[in-house]
Amino acid sequence: MPQFIRTFNSGLVQLGELTLLVLEAFRSILKHRPDGKDFLYQLYFIGVKSQSVVLITGAFTGMVLAAQAYFQFHKVKMDTGTLALVSVSMCSELGPVLTALMVAGRVGAAMAAELGTMRVTEQIDALRTLATHPVDYLVVPRLMATVIALPLLTGEAILIGIISSYAVGVGLMNIDGAYALKNLLYYSSAETVFQGLIKATIFGGLISIIGCYKGLNCRDGAEGVGRATTEAVVMISISILIINFFLTLFLSRVLAP
Amino acid sequence: MIEVTNLKKSFEEHPVLEGVSFSIAKGDSVVIIGRSGCGKSVLIKHMIGLLMPDSGEVRIGGELLTGKNERELLRIRRRFGMLFQSAALFDSLTVEDNVAFLLRREGKMTQGQIQKRVDEVLEVVELPRTQKKKPSELSGGMKKRVGLARAIVYKPEILLYDEPTTGLDPVVSDSIDQLIVRVSEQLHVTSVVVTHDIRSMRRVGKRIIMLAQGLVYVEGSPEEIFSSRDPLVHRFVNGISDPKENSF
Ligand SMILES: Nc1ncnc2c1ncn2[C@@H]1O[C@H](COP(=O)(O)OP(=O)(O)OP(=O)(O)O)[C@@H](O)[C@H]1O
Ligand SMILES: [Mg+2]
Repeated sequence: MPQFIRTFNSGLVQLGELTLLVLEAFRSILKHRPDGKDFLYQLYFIGVKSQSVVLITGAFTGMVLAAQAYFQFHKVKMDTGTLALVSVSMCSELGPVLTALMVAGRVGAAMAAELGTMRVTEQIDALRTLATHPVDYLVVPRLMATVIALPLLTGEAILIGIISSYAVGVGLMNIDGAYALKNLLYYSSAETVFQGLIKATIFGGLISIIGCYKGLNCRDGAEGVGRATTEAVVMISISILIINFFLTLFLSRVLAP
Repeated sequence: MIEVTNLKKSFEEHPVLEGVSFSIAKGDSVVIIGRSGCGKSVLIKHMIGLLMPDSGEVRIGGELLTGKNERELLRIRRRFGMLFQSAALFDSLTVEDNVAFLLRREGKMTQGQIQKRVDEVLEVVELPRTQKKKPSELSGGMKKRVGLARAIVYKPEILLYDEPTTGLDPVVSDSIDQLIVRVSEQLHVTSVVVTHDIRSMRRVGKRIIMLAQGLVYVEGSPEEIFSSRDPLVHRFVNGISDPKENSF
């Protein structure tokens, strides 16, 4: 078989297995009471421990965006549009995408490494002999935690991004604050924010499903774990970027006022 | 209790089991022996449905394991306890949480009852006062014994032991062997022990199955096996290597 057909084939197989994992996870959430303690621990690890990463990402993205937008807008005397541009792009695109990419590097990698190590040291098999489904015990708490944490983290990144863009625009570039804020409110509709939060929720699911999938299907040995971790981060990042485009097309139509 | 029929399994063209058949009666203790890499661990994982055969079948108390989905298997696996060759303790949990794992998840006993039961079992495997330790703080032999405690704590009907005494000192090995015998006699469990250890073979096995070349090579009582004139069996039980393998 030529190489490209084989690659295409294994891609399809992975997609199928990922879908089955999602279905199994939903079935598990509906039928089996998820463990509250594990869920809270994951929420803590994913939500609380990602704070610094998310705050720095949000703040500096907002700042650089404000500076660059100001440089361009200033040429056409549209200085007061700066904050509006920052707000709209943070809310609908940069907030969810950058937050998800940062969390993917931290949490998606950790999931793949942890579950992968459990697999190669037979801990997953041990779980199965102790009458526990790995999806119930490992995947569901992680999935629920990322789905809840990502919109919150994204909201936080957006907020801090706008605040820091205000500091740069008004404080550093001397834009008229009142007009800039008026424009910001005029152009950022509730739909824009909503679009970002829906995206974040979907990215949250994506991070833990792919992270767990790569871990659970990890190959033997330390090399297998390393490879699973890398593959998880790459696959999550790529799919976030691709899915984001289609979500933008889809959501802007659905949410259009 | 356990019926294995014409079990075949290969990993990527490399055949490991090539038609293994045997059956084990309720309450029996069977020892499975064979050279390293001959597929003992693979066989024992088929008996509990962790691996699925390429062909052939496994029945537990008449119920077919082969081809069942994971959720159905979970219910059947509740009847089993298994000690892994690598112990396979959950390294993020303490010893106590490892041992109590299934009892806590089932939620049929109160916390107090579970605690008491865990303490008893840890006493039985001679590991008192290790409750709060993490697996990484234990020696290899101690891990094995925690794995054993985790397998027997919920009183399963069938116990599978993958090399329970490998890597333990002779004194602890003896006490583990006696524990296996005691558990199987007192609780009337069916036990299957994979081992390389000739002494434990004599101590725990009522019947011995030897695997070789992907098949059940011989099967018999310990006396029959130890007095066997078959060169392969004779060399194995007496620990003599084949002169042809020492050619370098
Ligand atoms: N998951 C797997 N993937 C590929 N090959 C495997 C896998 N598990 C086992 N094997 C192969 O199957 C054969 C039997 O392995 P197994 O672990 O059952 O040996 P064993 O009899 O338990 O040996 P030991 O006494 O050393 O534990 C080996 O050749 C091994 O390479
Ligand atoms: Mg083995």
